[in-house]
Amino acid sequence: MLGLGKKDVTLFLIVAVLALFAPFILNPFPTDSGLAQFNAGYPDLMQRFVIFGILAIGFNILFGLTGYLSFGHAAFLGVGSYAAVWMFKLLSMNVIPAILLSMIVAGLFAVVIGYVSLRRSGIYFSILTLAFAQMSYNLAYSVLTPITNGETGLQITLDDPRILGVSATADGGIPVTNLFGMEMRSFETLTLGPWEFQFSVGYYLAAIIMLISFYVAIRIFRSPFGMMLRAIKSNQNRLYYTGLNARPYTLAAFVISGMYAGLAGGLLACMDPLAGAERMQWTASGEVVLMTILGGAGTLIGPVLGAGFIKYFENIFSKINDQVVHGWVSFLPDGLEDLVVGLIHPFVGKGWHLTLGLLFMLIVIFLPGGLVEGGQRIARRLRRKPAKDDAKSASTTPAE
Amino acid sequence: MGILDVKDVNKRFGGLKALSDVTLSVQENTVHAIIGPNGAGKSTLLNCLVGKLIPDTGSVMFDGQSVLGRKPFEINQMGISRVFQTPEIFGDLTVMENMMIPLFAKRDGIFRLHAIEAVESESELITRAEQMLDDVNMLDKRNMHSASMSRGDKRRLEMAMCLVQEPRLLLLDEPTAGMARADTNNTIDLLKEIKEKRDITMCIIEHDMHVVFSLADRITVLAQGTPLVEDTPENIKGHPKVQEAYLGEHA
Repeated sequence: MLGLGKKDVTLFLIVAVLALFAPFILNPFPTDSGLAQFNAGYPDLMQRFVIFGILAIGFNILFGLTGYLSFGHAAFLGVGSYAAVWMFKLLSMNVIPAILLSMIVAGLFAVVIGYVSLRRSGIYFSILTLAFAQMSYNLAYSVLTPITNGETGLQITLDDPRILGVSATADGGIPVTNLFGMEMRSFETLTLGPWEFQFSVGYYLAAIIMLISFYVAIRIFRSPFGMMLRAIKSNQNRLYYTGLNARPYTLAAFVISGMYAGLAGGLLACMDPLAGAERMQWTASGEVVLMTILGGAGTLIGPVLGAGFIKYFENIFSKINDQVVHGWVSFLPDGLEDLVVGLIHPFVGKGWHLTLGLLFMLIVIFLPGGLVEGGQRIARRLRRKPAKDDAKSASTTPAE
Repeated sequence: MGILDVKDVNKRFGGLKALSDVTLSVQENTVHAIIGPNGAGKSTLLNCLVGKLIPDTGSVMFDGQSVLGRKPFEINQMGISRVFQTPEIFGDLTVMENMMIPLFAKRDGIFRLHAIEAVESESELITRAEQMLDDVNMLDKRNMHSASMSRGDKRRLEMAMCLVQEPRLLLLDEPTAGMARADTNNTIDLLKEIKEKRDITMCIIEHDMHVVFSLADRITVLAQGTPLVEDTPENIKGHPKVQEAYLGEHA
C-alpha cells in the first residue's frame, strides 16, 4: 500500500492511530481526579509532542542513517521559526506560506552549514555544527537584531504590513494564525461523563504534517538513497572504492534533515507566532540528540517515542511539587512522611532533569537500542521464540 | 601498450624512497602478479593505481587515460575495482544490500538522489545481484547480516561486489592473506573460474607463491621499490636474481 511494505504499513497505521486519537489516549484520567495532572491531552502539549516528533524524525535521517552526529540542529529550528513569523508579518496569517518558507530557508541554511561541516566527520563534524549553531544563536541575539528583534524575540504586531491580510482585526486586535480561516488555537471540547477531551485545529494540522513527514521518512529509509546512507555509516572506505562519493549523499541527508527541523520550527511559530533566539541554543540541539537516542537511533518510530517521552517529562513530571508528593504519602507518620518527601524531592518538580538524566543513562547502558529495543525485548519475551532466531531477525531489520 | 601502463613512477615518503622508476605494463585479459618481499613497495604501487596516493613523478595510464589526480571513486567509475587485504564490506548491511550498492554505483554514477522509490522495485538489478551471488555460491546467505559471516565469506562477498560492476581491471591486494590452505585453494578456484567466464584483467599482489604460480600469466618481481624482473611464471621460478632477492628462504 502506498509503496510501503507490509510491516511499514502496520507501523505507519500504529503511528497514525496514536496521533489521531492522542486527545483520548493522553487523557486517561477524569478531569476531577487526583491523577488528572498526569493527563497530557491538552492541545499545547500535544502540539509539542508531534512538532518535536517531526524534528526528531528529521534528525534521525541524518544521525540514524549516516551516523553523523549534528549538534546544531536547533539552529534550523530557530531559522524556521523566524522565517515563519516574518511570513506572518509580511504576507498573511495563513500558515501554508509560512511553513513553506520556513522549510526553504532552513534548507538553504543547511546547504551552507552542511557544505562546510561535512568536510570533517566524527567529533569534528559535531563540533563544527555546534559552532555554527552557537554562532547563529549569538548573531540572532546581537547583530541581527533588525531581523530577529534580539532578546525580545520576533513577534507579530498591529502595524505589520501583511499584504494579503489585515494589519489588525476589526475590533483592533492582532490577527491569529489560521489555515484558510480555521484558527490554529480554536478547539472543541467533548465532555464524556467525568472526562473532558479537547480537539484543536492546531494539533490536528501538526499531527497530519507529522504523519506526512513520517511517511516520507519511511520512504527514504527504504530507498536506494537510504541504503547508501547506511553504507556511509558502515564503511566509507568501501564506498569510495565502489565508485560513489559520500559527500553529496551526506549533504543531501543533512539538507533533508535541516528542512525537517525548519518545518518543525515553522510549525512552532504557527501555534504561537513568536520566535526567540533561545530556540537555537545548544541545549535545544542537545535535546533532539537525547530524544533520538532515547527512542532508538536508526529506527523509524524511535525518535517519535523519544520526543514524546522527553516532552512529557518536561511538562508533566516537572509539575509534581512537594505538596503533591505530600498528598501521595500522607498515610505515613509525620516524621517518615517528611523523610520520604525529602528523598523524592530532588527527582521531581524542578529536579525532573535529574530523573531524566538517570533514565537516559539506564537506557543507554541497558538498552542501547533505546525504547524501541525495550519494546522488542518485551515482545520477544511474550512470544517466547528461541533466542537465536530472534537475534537474526532483529539484526536483518535494523531500521524498524 | 597494455590496459594498464605504469611508467617511471617514483614515490617518496620523507627520506624513504618507496618506489623508484617503476615501469610495468599489464596486458588485457591476463592475470598479472606483483610479488616481492615485505617493504618492496607493492602496496604503495597499488595505492598509486587506485588514487589513494599520487606518485611524485611518472604516469599511470588506464586504457589510454591518466588516472593521476583522480579520486578513488572516479577511478572506480573508469572500470577499476579493488579487493582489499582485509575484506572491506558494509558490515551493517545484508549480503544482498552489499551487492546492490555497487550495482547502483555502476548504473547511476557517483551520486544520484533516489529517495522515493523502494530498493525492492529495482528488479533488474536484483536479478543481477542474485546471479552474481549464485556464481560465488552465496545465494543462500543473501539475507545474512554481512558482519556476522566468516572471513572467507566476507572475502567472497567483496569479490562478488567488485565483479558485479563488471570492471575491466580487478586489483587484488593479497586476496589469500591469513587464510587456511583450504580457503586459499577455494579462492584460487574462484579466481580461475572468474577468469574463464569473463573478459577481465586481474592484477594480484600476493605473498603466497602457491597462489601466484597457480594463477598468474605474468609476474613482476619488486624489490626495494624497483622492478627486478618481469617474466612468465616458469622463467621466474628459476631466475637466479629472484631466488636471491625473494625466494631464497622458500627454495
